[in-house]
Amino acid sequence: MTTSMPEGRLLRYVDALREAVAQEMRRDGDVFVFGLDVDDHKSIQGSTAGLLEEFGPERVFTTPLSEDAMTGVAIGAAMAGMRPIHVHIRMDFLLLCMNQLVNIGAKARAMYGGSVKVPLVVRSMVGKSWGQGAQHSQGLHSMFMHVPGLKVVAPSNAHDVKGCMIAAIRDDNPVIFMEHRLLYPTEAYVPETPYEVLPGKARVVAPGDDVTLVGISNMVLECLRARELLAEIGIGAEVIDPIWLTPLDIDTIVESARRTRRLVVADNGWTACGAGAEIVAAVLERVGPEGGIAVKRIGFAATACPPSPVLEAAFYPNPGTVASTVHALVRPTAPAWTPDPERTKLAHQVQFRGPF
Amino acid sequence: MSIVQDAQDPAVAQDLAVIERLYRALRLTRLVEDEVARVYPTDVIKSPVHLSIGQEFISVGVCDALEPRDHVSITYRGHAAYIAKGGDLNAMIAEMYGKKAGCGQGRGGSMHLVDMKAGVIGASAVVGTSIPVATGFALAAKRKTTGGVVACFIGDGATEEGCFAESLNFAALHKLPILFVCENNGYAIHEPLAKRWATERLCERVATYGIPTTKITDGDVFAVRDAARSAVAAMRAGHGPVFLEVTCYRWREHVGPNEDFNQGYRPASEMTPWAERDEVARLAGLLPSERVAALETEITATVAAAFAFAETSPFPVSEDLYDHVYA
Repeated sequence: MTTSMPEGRLLRYVDALREAVAQEMRRDGDVFVFGLDVDDHKSIQGSTAGLLEEFGPERVFTTPLSEDAMTGVAIGAAMAGMRPIHVHIRMDFLLLCMNQLVNIGAKARAMYGGSVKVPLVVRSMVGKSWGQGAQHSQGLHSMFMHVPGLKVVAPSNAHDVKGCMIAAIRDDNPVIFMEHRLLYPTEAYVPETPYEVLPGKARVVAPGDDVTLVGISNMVLECLRARELLAEIGIGAEVIDPIWLTPLDIDTIVESARRTRRLVVADNGWTACGAGAEIVAAVLERVGPEGGIAVKRIGFAATACPPSPVLEAAFYPNPGTVASTVHALVRPTAPAWTPDPERTKLAHQVQFRGPF
Repeated sequence: MSIVQDAQDPAVAQDLAVIERLYRALRLTRLVEDEVARVYPTDVIKSPVHLSIGQEFISVGVCDALEPRDHVSITYRGHAAYIAKGGDLNAMIAEMYGKKAGCGQGRGGSMHLVDMKAGVIGASAVVGTSIPVATGFALAAKRKTTGGVVACFIGDGATEEGCFAESLNFAALHKLPILFVCENNGYAIHEPLAKRWATERLCERVATYGIPTTKITDGDVFAVRDAARSAVAAMRAGHGPVFLEVTCYRWREHVGPNEDFNQGYRPASEMTPWAERDEVARLAGLLPSERVAALETEITATVAAAFAFAETSPFPVSEDLYDHVYA
């Protein structure tokens, strides 16, 4: 991060996430963690490791394969004063929780006239690569962004995942907490003492004057790599991480886009009715017809995620496709430009190897 | 059910042709999955694999009672049922390799095997999702009076999903021709039944819907076959759904090619009785040794050909990315 001096220790995303939950569980006896496999030896890819040993099976427990009912249980427990963290190893499983989350969790506060609150955190992870395929790869955040009453957060680095988790646990509303499998081994400086990365504040990750490049979740890292490639041909991209998608800090993005006059959003989801569509529309509404801002959305190809490697590579945006898209927007009359594919790869993604 | 392991077993003594047919399916499935496990470390299969090694007898016993007009709904641990129902082996392996000639053209992977020509109607990676879909096939079979039935394979974990209860009720209400086959291997990923079920009286729970149930605990492929044949006859006569619970044991890790007894969540001793009564070995012992040898040659060649086919067939090209988004 360029906006502050590094402090704390270099920590992996997965360890920062685990540390946040452990610290909050020590602070508040109402916090508990449940979900299929949170207590097994693989501990959700390490993100719940040690919690069972420290806090016991009353506060860290697995569930039957009953996502719909378990979500209702979490909502009920939250309304009754607990602070549940409901964990799903893939975001795709949240589709089984939709009725409870959308019809009860999101609405209880409003439809019961402010007489209840639902302090619930729903953790889930987006999968990518190694043939995750159609049902283990979906970034469904925009579906939740659509619903008033839910908060949605997609931390992109170890620092933010800790601060966002602590903020989410302390929040009195249901928070959809979207993680990304390929971010788990990535490292950042993380303070040891608890801190919050609060809802509604984006971060300018890297400055630039020619284009505003908003990355969501893992796409922040891909945008930073694209920014380096673009710098080599004289294009300055300002990379912004919204961090929280609901509530969304549109002011920071508007300020940047007014200056650069170009806005690109790179998402880890489909573009139709997606987070990118929302961000672009919100910016254009704000700047009005005189704004003159050129926009572009980047996301998954509009099909089911295929496991075959060739198709999988074509399915996802990457630093190369982000950079070439930005180039086309910034220099519309110039010949198309694509960086050397070998230079667009991200080490932590190349190293990832399945099956899980 | 008898667990006598010799030719005095009346089910065994009845028909050598049946034994050979069951053995061929068991051995083929075992060899295919052994080969999957062998090649997996070379990364030719860049896809999660959930092996059914040790559980094959259920698929083989059930599918032996089915006809081509019947359908099977399989799970992400569905290699055995896919093969047992006659799914195209070359297309299955090619799918796992991510090739264009795969049963899903490289768009499904190991967790979503399908072969509509063979009556294999697909699989979901989201546990339980396929149960109501299979029930819909049974509704169609009844409405279209095809005479066909559906065998819906599920694991013990799927019985915890709401749609399991909802589908049972609907199938019983409409007397749909569907055989629910629960392969109860005692674990959902790494979580044992005791951490997920208040009681193990699954068949009793299902029976309250008015659905006849059978529980088989001795790992006997003939017992599974007999139960399935009775169920299919009753379903074809219009008597509605049947539920079959078969206990079994997953010999390998939840996902991936290896054993996992070093992980600490289950002891190797749990597998011992299942390994000792391995149906592949038992049925081999019931056949003339020269016949077993001949079958081994034939099956080995079939498996080798399927992997060679997968190895040499082309990948999709990136221009194929948007195929099949809409019909």
